[in-house]
Amino acid sequence: MPIALPPLSWPVLAPLLIVTGAGFAVLLLDLAPPQNRKGHLAAAGVLGLAGALLASAILWGGPASTFQRMVVLDDFALFLNAVFCLSTALVLLLSVGYVRRQGIEAGEYYILVLFAAVGMMLMASALDLLVIFLGLELMSLSLYVLAGFFRARPTGNESAMKYFLLGAFASGFFLYGIALLYGATGTTNIIQLGAALAAPGAGRDPLILAGLALLLVGFGFKTSAVPFHQWAPDVYQGAPTAVAALIATGSKAAAFAALLRVLVAMRAVQPDWVILLWLMAAVTMTVGNVVALAQSNLKRMLAYSSVAHVGYMFVGLAAGPALGGAAVLYYLLVYSFATVGAFGVILLLERPEPAGEEAVELPEYGGLAARHPVLALVLTICLLSLIGLPPTAGFVGKFYLFSAAIQGGLVWLAVIAVLNSVVAAYYYLRLIVYMYMREPEGEGLRAVLTPAAGLALALAVWATFHLGLMPGAVFALAQRAAAPLLPQ
Amino acid sequence: MLLTAIVFLPTLGALTLLLLDRRDEDRLRGVALWVSIAAFLVSVHLWILFERGRSGMQFVERYAWIPVSGITYHLGVDGISLLLVLLTTFLMPLCLLSAWSQITTRVKEFLIAMLLLETAMLGVFVALDLFLFFVFWEAMLIPMYLVIGVWGGPRRIYAAVKFILYTMLGSALMLLAILVLYYLQGRQTGVYTFDYPTIARMTLEPGIQVPLFLAFALAFAIKVPMFPFHTWLPDAHVEAPTAGSVILAGVLLKMGTYGFVRFCLPLFPHASAVFAPAIFVLAVIGILYGAWVSMVQPDLKKLIAYSSVSHLGFVMLGLFALNAQGVQGGILQMVNHGLSTGALFLLVGMIYERRHSRLIADFGGLWAVVPLFSAVFLFVTLSSIGLPGLNGFVGEFLILVGAFQVSRLFAVLGTLGIIFAAVYMLWMYQRVAFGPVRHEESRHLPDLGAREIATLAPILLLILWVGVYPKPFTAVMEASVAELIAVVKAKAGLPIGAWWLP
Repeated sequence: MPIALPPLSWPVLAPLLIVTGAGFAVLLLDLAPPQNRKGHLAAAGVLGLAGALLASAILWGGPASTFQRMVVLDDFALFLNAVFCLSTALVLLLSVGYVRRQGIEAGEYYILVLFAAVGMMLMASALDLLVIFLGLELMSLSLYVLAGFFRARPTGNESAMKYFLLGAFASGFFLYGIALLYGATGTTNIIQLGAALAAPGAGRDPLILAGLALLLVGFGFKTSAVPFHQWAPDVYQGAPTAVAALIATGSKAAAFAALLRVLVAMRAVQPDWVILLWLMAAVTMTVGNVVALAQSNLKRMLAYSSVAHVGYMFVGLAAGPALGGAAVLYYLLVYSFATVGAFGVILLLERPEPAGEEAVELPEYGGLAARHPVLALVLTICLLSLIGLPPTAGFVGKFYLFSAAIQGGLVWLAVIAVLNSVVAAYYYLRLIVYMYMREPEGEGLRAVLTPAAGLALALAVWATFHLGLMPGAVFALAQRAAAPLLPQ
Repeated sequence: MLLTAIVFLPTLGALTLLLLDRRDEDRLRGVALWVSIAAFLVSVHLWILFERGRSGMQFVERYAWIPVSGITYHLGVDGISLLLVLLTTFLMPLCLLSAWSQITTRVKEFLIAMLLLETAMLGVFVALDLFLFFVFWEAMLIPMYLVIGVWGGPRRIYAAVKFILYTMLGSALMLLAILVLYYLQGRQTGVYTFDYPTIARMTLEPGIQVPLFLAFALAFAIKVPMFPFHTWLPDAHVEAPTAGSVILAGVLLKMGTYGFVRFCLPLFPHASAVFAPAIFVLAVIGILYGAWVSMVQPDLKKLIAYSSVSHLGFVMLGLFALNAQGVQGGILQMVNHGLSTGALFLLVGMIYERRHSRLIADFGGLWAVVPLFSAVFLFVTLSSIGLPGLNGFVGEFLILVGAFQVSRLFAVLGTLGIIFAAVYMLWMYQRVAFGPVRHEESRHLPDLGAREIATLAPILLLILWVGVYPKPFTAVMEASVAELIAVVKAKAGLPIGAWWLP
């Protein structure tokens, strides 16, 4: 019996296919000489990502076409594609010298980073829970391997094991949630799910509620929202710093993108969910910030701070997609630049003994401003953006998030959020204190600035100022990107 | 363009410094000094062109900045902000002069921080868009934090962190209040904007005015600082380098009192009337408490820091008397405090540079050793006390006249503060300048040098000018103050003033 193939709309997959193609190209290039230096692989990857960015820009604003109602390339997906391409490209640029110095340079590294990016893009474009799951697994499996790239170090193994085991649990929850929803409604398409949920009484169906709750557990894990955040500090600490940057930015952005889409589809039950999102936001930012206060390892500190930033973004989610959607998208972009920048500076600094060992303890940053003024300044700018002080982008990002919360009537949540950002200021400032106000201890750190890393940092700093001083145009893009989420 | 020029000239200077060689320190200092003098000259030009007798904003500039969110780049000055702009640009060159020989490490970074600080402070005084105002308000924090934390005294890190966290805490709620205003305004008129004049035209329900007033007032009260939000101030003052202390006392604290004048009073007239008595009480507590604590300070800088708490209590008393004399006196006293306390910090810095001590007990008999220094010190001390003929008297007199019309008891208590001020300042002066020279190291101190005289002379002249002939300063703000009071009285819906005070 012949099977009728549905018509395929390839342009919908264009950015995704470009990055996939780049991944395979890197796979093949890796076989060709030179065998000992892999910088050209990163260059090929960056080219591919740039191509995908360009394709996204060309497709921007066009009519959103869907791929059998499973994958859609609307402005929302395109905006997030840009976020993924930019943060992944920055991570690749930062990785070039880093992986070689760390003795973990392998072609697989670059390939996995690109495949993780493909997974992210698939998640942002997905209109079907199963496609979200596919993207999630593609991204996660790549990241599990990347997190364990320090395979000779115990912390590297711990990182990968923890990430993989807990991630597998989370995937299980997610899949179980899909199964329950499918059982209750007979579909995994989120648009149809939304319609099914809009039916009277559906909002109180225990099967549906349990399914949604399980989905939220899965998303909570991937975004590292409290109480599903415990993996983050250990994974960040043990993973190569460039990978930690990717986990902190791209993977979170992807999970947020899918979460936004799902929540919008579930708008029928939204009023009941606001209180849950409210609580998640309040608890996540508070726990993240308070625990970050106690960290002296910078990677752990940034891990907890990224938990807190997820909390801020949940404030935008609680305000609802109509009010908070654009703000969350803008914040994701702003936060990605600042976080990749901060991780980027950290991965460029090494202890003098033993060679190649990263400097991640706070006291080691004493007097950094005197020895490496430019790197200290870059790190300071990124930290100021994470604090949310003008004229950096972080301020504008928080401003829009809190603005959405106020407009949505969540005044108390906004109060909790601003007080949290004062708490956060304390631990970010502590690092600035060490860099500028304390004397160096011992021999001081060695900086290994490669041209590629320099380019990445320059881009992050430029974006941090540009998005802080001239946010109008990009925020307008974010607003258009959030438009497809709104109920038609 | 004039206001933009004043605000961003220092930033331009900072960028220029970035390009210069860090080892060529005198050149760096020279460039920074000339840039700040240029900003001062432009603001004098502004003062000459300013049309007196007219209320409302002048030299207005308005461009769309972030149109998608209703945010504009909107600048303007009225008589009130003009004086504070002048105070800022006037003090900055003097600060840089004072730092000439005092700051010897990382000179380039210091000068850049000071110039960026100047931009932020000027921006606060001329911004007419709430978003823009908040950006400048927060942008001020980082350079000041670095000035205290990098170039300050032994406990500088503690002081710097306390300073920045305290002020961030205050401004955090103000940001939310600004957002609430934005949405209320938008819902009333359908046009969403952060434009200050537009928002000021809106009428707010009394019930919503109270929380908004409190959110703004907390930010401003911390900055002023009003009792009991003052605890960051002595730490910051004592640890900051001289130039930082001068700017802190001279200008930064005025951002708080200016905030009350520009935002709390006209935007929330009803709430202002409701809280006026409470602010009276806190102001008088600040006046008396600041004076008493000053009296027992062994450290000169700490003494002056606590005296600031007392003096700014006077400013608040005047502002919330909400009559012409009180408000004019309050604004004039902002300028006076900037001059007198600025000069006191400069003098303490100079003597510290010679003796490496600020303890009163380490001095004595300076009159015999450094007569010129002692004479200037006496002059400034007397101006700070409020001796008739010098600047402090005019301001305090107007404030007390204003306060008297509201509450006799509180005017009397305020007057007590003036008496205490005379006690602690003169006693301090006596222990420093008179009597025998108690320490060998003090016997051969050099007197004021040419650069130090150049730093102090402009302030002394101005102290005398305001004291003898204050009319040019009051005339500039008369119309603006009259309009402010008229607006508040018309919209308050309550008898203004201390309605439950005797």
